[in-house]
Amino acid sequence: MSEICESMKKLISKEELDKAFDSRFPKEMQEKLRAAKVAVAGLGGLGSNISVMLARSGVGKLLLVDFDIVDVTNLNRQMYFIEHLGKPKTEALTELLYRINPYIEYESVCVKVTPDNVRELFKDYPIVCEAFDRPDQKAMLVREVLAKFPNTIVVSGNGMAGYADTNEIKTTKMMRRLYVCGDQKTDVGNGIGLIAPRVAACAAHQANKVLQLIMQND
Amino acid sequence: MVRINGEDKDLAGKNLLEYLQETGFDPERVVVEINLEIISKDRLGDVTINDEDEIEVLMFVGGG
Repeated sequence: MSEICESMKKLISKEELDKAFDSRFPKEMQEKLRAAKVAVAGLGGLGSNISVMLARSGVGKLLLVDFDIVDVTNLNRQMYFIEHLGKPKTEALTELLYRINPYIEYESVCVKVTPDNVRELFKDYPIVCEAFDRPDQKAMLVREVLAKFPNTIVVSGNGMAGYADTNEIKTTKMMRRLYVCGDQKTDVGNGIGLIAPRVAACAAHQANKVLQLIMQND
Repeated sequence: MVRINGEDKDLAGKNLLEYLQETGFDPERVVVEINLEIISKDRLGDVTINDEDEIEVLMFVGGG
């Protein structure tokens, strides 16, 4: 995997990438983004899209957490390619992100998140994106992170199945340190599948909220 | 009065878990905050709702 990183670095220098970014955005914004650390828990439709958007935006460090491998049923909405089938999502996504920006620091952990490992996994990350699939796991992660870390902000995805109007997907602030993105109702449990556009729209809401939080942070 | 998800309701004295179950919230899928404190899943049945409490409940649907 590090070979991919090295071969990408040969194709473009850090200075060239930075310069392309510098020309379009204020210096202060780039510096805040480069200093930012964001965790993405779950690397499915939401998490793989969020990670790609944050890497493209120049977020300095990303933590990628998932226990699963890439499956053929993921290809309809997740960032992976056919060549990734059977690989751990942590590994496949890191490879993919190196191709977008090899100068970002990617930490990946292939593990199932439980109440027992939340503290160790997320302690260094002031922003955590909840991007799990199962509703009980989503609730567990949000509860654990908000209860265990007094300052961490969680950006969560809730309701993005089917192909109803994407305008129904919204970002809502709840509680003190939680943002919820989604329509908050369409449930895969009700026989509605997940399809690329609405999943990507919800992921974009989450990634954009993360960027806002990074820019607000002084 | 108790403030729950932005609405005033007369819930003082009620058990939190019973209230959630009666109103269609699945305890496995919820995040509950009372007066800025997150309530763990195992404690939902131990909490009595008090007058003036400010409660927020989020229930998750599947998909990600």
